[in-house]
Amino acid sequence: MKVTSHPVGKAGGFAFTAENEARAGQIIARYPEGRQASAVIALLDLAQRQNGNWLSTEAIEYVANKLDMAPIRVHEVVSFYTMFNQKPVGKHFIQVCRTTPCWLRGSDDLTGTCLRKLGTKLGETSDDGLFTVVEVECLGACANAPMVQINDLYYEDLSPERMAGVIDDLKAGKEIPMGSQTGRQGSSPNGAAAAGVAAIVEEALVVGEDDGAEPAADEAAAASHDAPPTDADAEESVAGADELTGVDQGMVTADSPADEDVAVDAPEVAADEDTAATAPRATDKEA
Amino acid sequence: MLQDKDRIFTNLYGQDDWRLDGARRRGVWDGTKKLLDLGRDEIIDQVKASELRGRGGAGFPAGLKWSFMPKENEGRPAYLVVNADESEPGTCKDREILRYDPQRLLEGCVVSGFAMGATACYIYIRGEFFSEASHVQQAIDEAYEAGLIGKNACGSGWDYDIHLHRGAGAYICGEETALLESLEGRKGQPRLKPPFPAACGLYGYPTTVNNVETIAVVPEILRRGVTWWTSLGRPKNTGTKIFSISGHVEKPCNVEEVMGIPLKELIEKHAGGIRGGWDNLLAVIPGGSSVPCIPRSICDTVLMDFDSLQAVKSGLGTAAIIVMDKSTDIVAAIQRLAHFYMHESCGQCTPCREGTGWMWRVLTRMMTGRAESEEIDVLLDVSRQVEGHTICALGDAAAWPIQGLIRHFRPELERRIKRYKETGRAAAE
Amino acid sequence: MPKLTIDGREIEAASGLTVIQACELAGIEIPRFCYHERLSVAGNCRMCLVEMERSPKLIASCAMPVADGMVIRTDTPAVQKARKGVMEFLLINHPLDCPICDQGGECDLQDQAMAYGFDRGRYEENKRAVADKYMGPLIQTIMTRCIHCTRCVRFSTEVAGVEEMGALGRGEHVEITTLEKAVGSELSGNLVDVCPVGALTSKPYAFSARSWELRNTDSVDVLDAVGSNIRVDCRGREVMRVLPRLHEDVNEEWIADKTRYACDGLRRQRLDRPYVRNAEGRLVAATWGEAFKAIAGRLGGLSGEKIAAVAGDLCDAESMLALKDLMGTLGSPNLECRQDGAKLDPGTRAGYLFNTGIAGIKQADAVLLVGTNPRWEAAMINARLRRRFLAGGLEVGLIGPAVDLTYPVESLGAGPETLKQLADGKGAFAKKLKSAERPMVVLGSGALARPDGAAVLALGRKLADTFGMVRDDWNGFNVLHRAAARVGALDLGFVPGEGGRDLVGILEGAASGAVEAVYLLGADELDLSPLDKAFVIYQGHHGDAAAHLADVILPGAAYTEKNGTYVNTEGRVQLGRLAAFPPGEAREDWTILRALSEVVGERLPYDNLGQLRQRLIGVNPVFAAVDQAERAPWEPFGQEGPVDPAPFELPIDDYYRTDPVSRASETMARCSAELLPAAREATGTDG
Repeated sequence: MKVTSHPVGKAGGFAFTAENEARAGQIIARYPEGRQASAVIALLDLAQRQNGNWLSTEAIEYVANKLDMAPIRVHEVVSFYTMFNQKPVGKHFIQVCRTTPCWLRGSDDLTGTCLRKLGTKLGETSDDGLFTVVEVECLGACANAPMVQINDLYYEDLSPERMAGVIDDLKAGKEIPMGSQTGRQGSSPNGAAAAGVAAIVEEALVVGEDDGAEPAADEAAAASHDAPPTDADAEESVAGADELTGVDQGMVTADSPADEDVAVDAPEVAADEDTAATAPRATDKEA
Repeated sequence: MLQDKDRIFTNLYGQDDWRLDGARRRGVWDGTKKLLDLGRDEIIDQVKASELRGRGGAGFPAGLKWSFMPKENEGRPAYLVVNADESEPGTCKDREILRYDPQRLLEGCVVSGFAMGATACYIYIRGEFFSEASHVQQAIDEAYEAGLIGKNACGSGWDYDIHLHRGAGAYICGEETALLESLEGRKGQPRLKPPFPAACGLYGYPTTVNNVETIAVVPEILRRGVTWWTSLGRPKNTGTKIFSISGHVEKPCNVEEVMGIPLKELIEKHAGGIRGGWDNLLAVIPGGSSVPCIPRSICDTVLMDFDSLQAVKSGLGTAAIIVMDKSTDIVAAIQRLAHFYMHESCGQCTPCREGTGWMWRVLTRMMTGRAESEEIDVLLDVSRQVEGHTICALGDAAAWPIQGLIRHFRPELERRIKRYKETGRAAAE
Repeated sequence: MPKLTIDGREIEAASGLTVIQACELAGIEIPRFCYHERLSVAGNCRMCLVEMERSPKLIASCAMPVADGMVIRTDTPAVQKARKGVMEFLLINHPLDCPICDQGGECDLQDQAMAYGFDRGRYEENKRAVADKYMGPLIQTIMTRCIHCTRCVRFSTEVAGVEEMGALGRGEHVEITTLEKAVGSELSGNLVDVCPVGALTSKPYAFSARSWELRNTDSVDVLDAVGSNIRVDCRGREVMRVLPRLHEDVNEEWIADKTRYACDGLRRQRLDRPYVRNAEGRLVAATWGEAFKAIAGRLGGLSGEKIAAVAGDLCDAESMLALKDLMGTLGSPNLECRQDGAKLDPGTRAGYLFNTGIAGIKQADAVLLVGTNPRWEAAMINARLRRRFLAGGLEVGLIGPAVDLTYPVESLGAGPETLKQLADGKGAFAKKLKSAERPMVVLGSGALARPDGAAVLALGRKLADTFGMVRDDWNGFNVLHRAAARVGALDLGFVPGEGGRDLVGILEGAASGAVEAVYLLGADELDLSPLDKAFVIYQGHHGDAAAHLADVILPGAAYTEKNGTYVNTEGRVQLGRLAAFPPGEAREDWTILRALSEVVGERLPYDNLGQLRQRLIGVNPVFAAVDQAERAPWEPFGQEGPVDPAPFELPIDDYYRTDPVSRASETMARCSAELLPAAREATGTDG
């Protein structure tokens, strides 16, 4: 119930696509009745993806109307959270983590490399509209420092050379696998393939007595995961980087496999396994 | 050193299948119903007996926290909210659970949610963790399909929903009441306490907010037994812990180890040692950016647990170890952190809003020596004016790194000031 | 009640109070900025930190509920250091512009800096500058001064009920804003009062005076019938500003924007000398003697029934009684105070009062509004209704045009038919009224100022009886007046005497020639066209509608220029006080009538205000009970009869311009131009 008087948001030309409209409904349904404001961040995220990675006043106030919130409250939310862009950004939005753990491992050099290569200043968009570079605070991948986030995905264990390579690849429309750029498995101390991994899995199986799975199969699976990304993975991954809006929407709008049973819990970022939408997780997929 | 058989997070690096099948093979969801059959009180008693302390930084006893939830709730909602807003600089441990072992987290959500009488669970994940969120959501979907959550969760006859909620970029939302504000669709500004979330939390209902790792280890504690857990580590500092090791080590990594492992052993065994050898160590921030740094002399012997680190005026925090070797401009390192806190201050209360910027500006001058030596005491005083006077702990977190710097590296600050006065040149490291 | 110890003294404080309130009870001052007892607790300024035993950290006393056995210390070195620290933080980015700040001299930050601050600054960095924001014609912003207490955000959201203000950004970049829109509330001026610093100041008053130059006079407002208690601040003869004065049962500490900002209307279009219409039909300046002579010349020999008098909306009771007495000596029974044509029944006081009382609203659990927009007709009463709604469990129904009242309202119908059905106990809302313990009905002038008003009034009474609204401990029957003069006029009987004409009769008589002279005492809101042929005497303070057609103008005093008695809509007798003398040759109104009486008719039998007030009390003893809203007995009133199905119409179409003072105000004109379109847009979409 509306408990204050507030102006109706001026949504202007903005409106959700049918897909996002349905998506928004599913997200709102996660929260108890009357608590639809809880969905504000998720709906703003949808709006931002639909709107080319930034939020116009129209998009913001559209969300306000949708959730029956006072426009000023939604503007507050947008201004508070750093992931909402209040002005347009380049197609590849490079966010260099600048906080101490990354700085200790050379984040300044990454920023420098980006700006030199692109000839822009921090926060500026390159003339071709392809790149915007900003520095952000800790992105929480400190054991894989230094790292950057480009649009949705993390690129870790970067050197200035690799950073330059990433930019070149993006310019050329080439594939870049997300995650570690040195081929390291997650945040393992032991690079790509950890010898002890299989052993650890076996130990675990001792605990999970009921499980009938064969250790051998696991070893195989583990080994395949440890392999550096294949070309096929890379291709899928770039599809994500290339068609930002489309793919992101795919990621957030694809039907959940379990949609019918658990409509309430339809995923926000889950995706149909068979679509390219899962591409950004290429390195994690079964080869 | 932790033996492989005692490891809980057996897919820490994503070496195995993170999906439900893989998780089941690693023992997740093994006999979960039997755990629930223990009953609410028994689970809480066992968790209390395990002396499990929260893994989010404050180290509050988890079982005790759960016991604050109302025993009878007259059919009203009650919530478990999982804090997956991992943003403390240096910390990247929950990320590994979220992306590589999400089912373990979900099982924890079921068991601990049951114990505290929750009717639903929200997992609040930081917005930047996009692919991590994707994994968690897919894990939730798989768990629903397998009947592990939702109606009659795990065949227990108890209905329990788990929802994922993404943030949008705000460190402060890792503070539990700011997280609840954010979850309710507002700016993430911490609430005043009292009332505490256990009485008046999400939507005004009883709520417990726990860190990802805290929740994820609970089923294993119950499965393997409290004695097993307490046999690891030291009294009041029990069990295993994921340590994030970053900075100037040969092999930065996340690693699960036993609580109370000596810092030196941890770094040398798992992270390949300090870049250039142990003697090249300048200082370590042992528990995420919020705790004061400790100089090498302390690093030689200190144990990595709550009480040991508190004894040396630092803290275990999130067990994120930021290592700085002798090439580090320590003032710049702390100045970066000061910038972080200024940037992440929600702006609600005066000391933090005004103090974090002031401290950063003074430190920025001190980095190059453009200051008076009396200003070191002013800076210390300002940090004390922030500390303990704010609504939430961000004020303290902003103050402590600076206090640690002055405590251990005051001569360095004075040297730079003196040098600038004498030569008119900024101290270049 | 919990017992706690504060600075070694044991005190009892009701549970539910906070530590800061308990400290106040104990007579201990706790400095604060964000805390405001009528707003939600924010706890963000951290100025009110105190020590609590067993708490490792200092606690915010504004946010901590009292508990038994609590031990509080407010005077320890830790507390003093914390206060100094907070004070220093607030000042590092606050400009040193007190000498040019309108808040200077009445600034919480200034005062507390003196009491609790350092004597020098240690901040060597550049200060923050914040771009000023546009918030409409009433609020001036100097946002660099803002200390982010969020009182304004909380006031506008909670009290005003208008969610247009917020704090954007985070950290040191937090900025208060309305997104460059005018604050769309008739209570917006209170933002200036709640702002503890000079960030939000009064735009019309900007740079016009310093607080210490002003002479303060406690008075009451007359621009609606609430009787808000005000303080009139004058420099010399000029009213510089109007501020609210605390009255818990009337306006608490708020006032409406018209009350506050119409005061520049007191300087414009004033009648400052008598005028007489000459042979050419033009009004020319005259002396008092000439004016009186002209009146005497016209009235002389005229029989009483050919003379009539109408009292306006802003009149004090004294002048109305003097006019009534004068008309008595002239033998005229043709008196009327209901210039809007409302069919109020003067016979039963309970039939024309807001019997529930303004403060009584907080006990109500169901409200039926009939033909009224309380937000514009009595903004303070609407604020009470909103607060009652926020407390939970209030049902509000509305018969008449839908309006946005800032709380949810169930629209029941358009006109008297709906009221009739409800009075017969029919309809869904009837169930709500039936089950309510303390139901209220509020009849506005939109319901009563129409030809079938008496029947509507009777329906209202019937409804009150049907739903048991009137009992020993409760009277839920209410008439909401718009005119400050009305209840007083009814109380002293400024209504047609035996065989006298009412408003319609006077206007018809004037048109037909049966009434030859009409005395208008500040009456501007009636239909003036029938008065063309009559000899019109206008006594008032503004060259408004009626003055233009008057044959003689007698310049009177505005409400800030006389001592007068007013009775508000709930029947509370209050005294307005002279803050500045009337301009030019204008005089206090009763003295004009007293002087005129010596020229026409008989000399009125009072030589000073005291005697006149004794006479007033003699006419109706209610005037003796100053500041009391006494309960009126429930006696018959109204006149049952057929009702016209035509919908109720709201009497006010421009909140900012309702009377001679506000119509003369440039500030109100600006508000009208800027805010009304937005308000009209909101109506119907938000209601």
